[in-house]
Amino acid sequence: MRRVTLGGLPVFNPISMRHPLMALVLLFGCATASTGTGTAASPSSRGAEPLHLPAVTWSSEEQAVHVLNRLAYGPSPTDVRQVEAMGPAAWIAWQLRPARIDDAEVEKRLADFPSLSMSTAELVAYYPRAKKVAEAKGIRLEGKSPEAMRAELAGVVEPFQLPRQVGAELVAARLIRATVSRRQFQETLVDFWFNHFNVSADKGAVRWMVSPYEREAIRAHLFGTFRELLGAVAHHPAMLFYLDNWTSTRESLSLPKKGRTGLNENYGRELLELHTLGVDGGYTQDDVREVARCFTGWGIRKPNEDGAFEFHPRAHDTGSKRVLGTEIPAGAGMEDGERVLDLLATHPSTAHFIARKLAQKFVMDAPPPELVERVAQVFLRTGGDLTATYRALFESPEFWSDAARAAKVKTPLEFTVSAVRALGGTTAGDVPMVQALNRMGQPLYRAQPPTGWPEVSQPWVNPGALVARIDFGLKLASGRMTGTEVPLPAMDGAPDEVVDRTARAILHRPLGEQTRATVLAALGASEVMPDGERRRLDGAKLVGLLLGAPEFQTQ
Amino acid sequence: MSPFSRRQFLRSAGALAALGAVPGFLGRALAASEAATGKTLVLVFLRGGADGLSIVPPVGDPAYRAARPTLALAAPGKDGGALRLDDVFALHPALAPLMPLWSDGTLGIVHAAGLPGATRSHFDAQDFCESGTPGLKSTADGWLNRAVQRASGRDGAFRVVAVQPTLPRMLVGDAPAVAMSSLGQFRLPGGPGSSGAFDALYAQAVDTALRTTGLETFEALREAGSAKLAQLPPSNGAEYGNAPVARRLQDVARLIRSGVGLQVAVTDMGGWDTHVGEGTEKGQLASRLTELGGALAAFARDLGARWADTRVVVMTEFGRTARENGNRGTDHGTASVMLVLGGGVRGGRVVGGYRGLGRSELFEERDLAIGTDVRAVLWEAARGQLALQDASRVFPGFSPGSPVLG
Repeated sequence: MRRVTLGGLPVFNPISMRHPLMALVLLFGCATASTGTGTAASPSSRGAEPLHLPAVTWSSEEQAVHVLNRLAYGPSPTDVRQVEAMGPAAWIAWQLRPARIDDAEVEKRLADFPSLSMSTAELVAYYPRAKKVAEAKGIRLEGKSPEAMRAELAGVVEPFQLPRQVGAELVAARLIRATVSRRQFQETLVDFWFNHFNVSADKGAVRWMVSPYEREAIRAHLFGTFRELLGAVAHHPAMLFYLDNWTSTRESLSLPKKGRTGLNENYGRELLELHTLGVDGGYTQDDVREVARCFTGWGIRKPNEDGAFEFHPRAHDTGSKRVLGTEIPAGAGMEDGERVLDLLATHPSTAHFIARKLAQKFVMDAPPPELVERVAQVFLRTGGDLTATYRALFESPEFWSDAARAAKVKTPLEFTVSAVRALGGTTAGDVPMVQALNRMGQPLYRAQPPTGWPEVSQPWVNPGALVARIDFGLKLASGRMTGTEVPLPAMDGAPDEVVDRTARAILHRPLGEQTRATVLAALGASEVMPDGERRRLDGAKLVGLLLGAPEFQTQ
Repeated sequence: MSPFSRRQFLRSAGALAALGAVPGFLGRALAASEAATGKTLVLVFLRGGADGLSIVPPVGDPAYRAARPTLALAAPGKDGGALRLDDVFALHPALAPLMPLWSDGTLGIVHAAGLPGATRSHFDAQDFCESGTPGLKSTADGWLNRAVQRASGRDGAFRVVAVQPTLPRMLVGDAPAVAMSSLGQFRLPGGPGSSGAFDALYAQAVDTALRTTGLETFEALREAGSAKLAQLPPSNGAEYGNAPVARRLQDVARLIRSGVGLQVAVTDMGGWDTHVGEGTEKGQLASRLTELGGALAAFARDLGARWADTRVVVMTEFGRTARENGNRGTDHGTASVMLVLGGGVRGGRVVGGYRGLGRSELFEERDLAIGTDVRAVLWEAARGQLALQDASRVFPGFSPGSPVLG
């Protein structure tokens, strides 16, 4: 491993990132995922064919709220108005082509985060391991406690150059986008597909790869074919590192420094089990091994410096393989892996597995088999066209069924962001918001297992997390979440009217008689001053109660 | 699925409570009646791969000093020397506070414990230690949750607690578990015990899972508040100090002593990945051990009579290389050491099948070889504390052999 020589270390000045040149790089970085930036049309004039939605008896507000609960991070006052004005069919069609949606506000705010547009090599250079800097500067860390080491390092590395800054900016960007992006459906898809193809920033060098991973592998392929998305993930160093494929070689290869190496099945197994076929998708242990053999040599050039994809012919197992009954002839080298991805991307098991998972995310925890079958058929018929697959989901009667409404418990991310949005607020994705997510059990980009975060409700519902949710609602409403601001609704009027009005605005449904009484009592609404004057309702307390209420935990 | 689904049971109990048919939380009565005789299992996970060969150095193995020219601890009796346990093993001097427990037989040591199918990735090794299914990544739940699902009897808001910000992998699953950074933080702004009006709001919740969890939560908040759990001072003159692990164990002791029905507690501690400058009787590893040893000793003292019903298992994801590296540290290895403490432990012994550090005895010519499967130690502790019968339900594919510590 080469040492980082400080002499050659690019000295990074955050101010210069706001330089026009850097802005160009940034724009370019964004433009890869969103061609057409800045030339967005008004919502109604352009966009895909409106969806054919089944007839429902819900009010237009109820329809808008349901759509925003699933294709967005919850209803915000402006988005409810917009969906109602456009109608859900046109709004969804509009969201299915996010490149045409003007999102200048978000892009402007993300310009504050230079790391978002950097390659892994740049990230490693600008945010070096503190220990390497210390080494290069001749600071001895031996025998020191972690606290003492931190103190030493604080003196030589600027806080904004610490590796943790990369993660902090990525998390902040995710929160800002989820809260204020007009491309709301795109943001829910980033959540879904990142989670489907999870990598954890906590695993070694992934820390410097995760930001490029989200940008290049996930965001860039949300609306294409599943094969494109799968391929981008398979090639990405973040995945190659996270699931160890970069260490996997043909059996008994002797490498100068590492000694004898061999096959690592980690990626091969997860590719079949988690990314494509599903655990019951009809593959065997032999298939896992054969798939792993096909991917030998798919590696990373200097994981701790360049972090770029590289094929290593010497590490590749050149023999013939047999995957799911299909012969992969000898001698195709790196193409072996592509053949496997071709096989898997259009496999019926993959279609069903992906259809079911999408239905779990966007419809309900236990989707009806008929829905899964219908969506899977669209996936197969269109060669894994993701946009067509999403359309099938949203055109389904199951999506528009009473059983689907408010049927899912929000994840911590969905809960916190939807709370800010419900009040028409905004966030900078600062530490308090991040800590709140950690306390609720969803530290972003740090899901340890390859399964990612659970897609269903049960794991999110536990007492510690519930206390954290209630606490978050109260703090947010009382303005104690630094960097995240929400305007409080007006409290003018008779107490019961105020409670009803505020509950409608936040929960979009009337309060039950008993709940209403509980809320009024908690607010001391019945107390009357000696001169007959009534106490003005505490807006922060009312909003806190509503955000912490069970009705706000579901979507 | 568990044969006895507590969730299901609670749902009906919760529904009744919401209708006012059952006054209060069913768990409270049960907890109160059984807590006095209840046993508790406490798991402390050392994250990063703790060096078993420095924690319990095999000073009697001639190969030890050769493998660790700068890291070997001095022999017992010498200045800064390790503390003699038997003819082969000694204890790191920073763990001196544990010597009284060793002497009274409530500390047992399993050396050369590890999981088969070694992986030297922290990430995967921790995953396997916690899922309890080495090599199998698709396991959705954690071994300790599966154990709790099969344990009979006790119920209560604080039955299973992780004193750390998120629920660890080993506690993920169908059985409810509370994760909290600390008892002090497990409260709402209204003050300890206050639930604002939220208890009433959740009692009316339409969603069953939310209603049930609400009941559990506000019961737990009430219990924590009424017992003033967060303020409970240590007893018997125990002094915890300020190390994070000490504060966490102090919270566990509070839960045990206040009789709220704690059956399983988990916490973790980082800082064990000693690649560079590991240190000997002083230094990086020694500071971690000072914190750990002090915390465990205070915990045992604080528990007093309850120590007899408590079993603590200290574990890590893997050990470190037998030989030190070029940075006066050690790299990721295979087997490490497990500490088992508590009143019921037949301790005062080092067991586990340590084979030695000679070249031919090492695993892949570099690591201490596994003498005991980590699952055997975990199973033994869980079986005893939770009255379990069938190991295969907790650790699928694993059959425990003869007792490790008995």
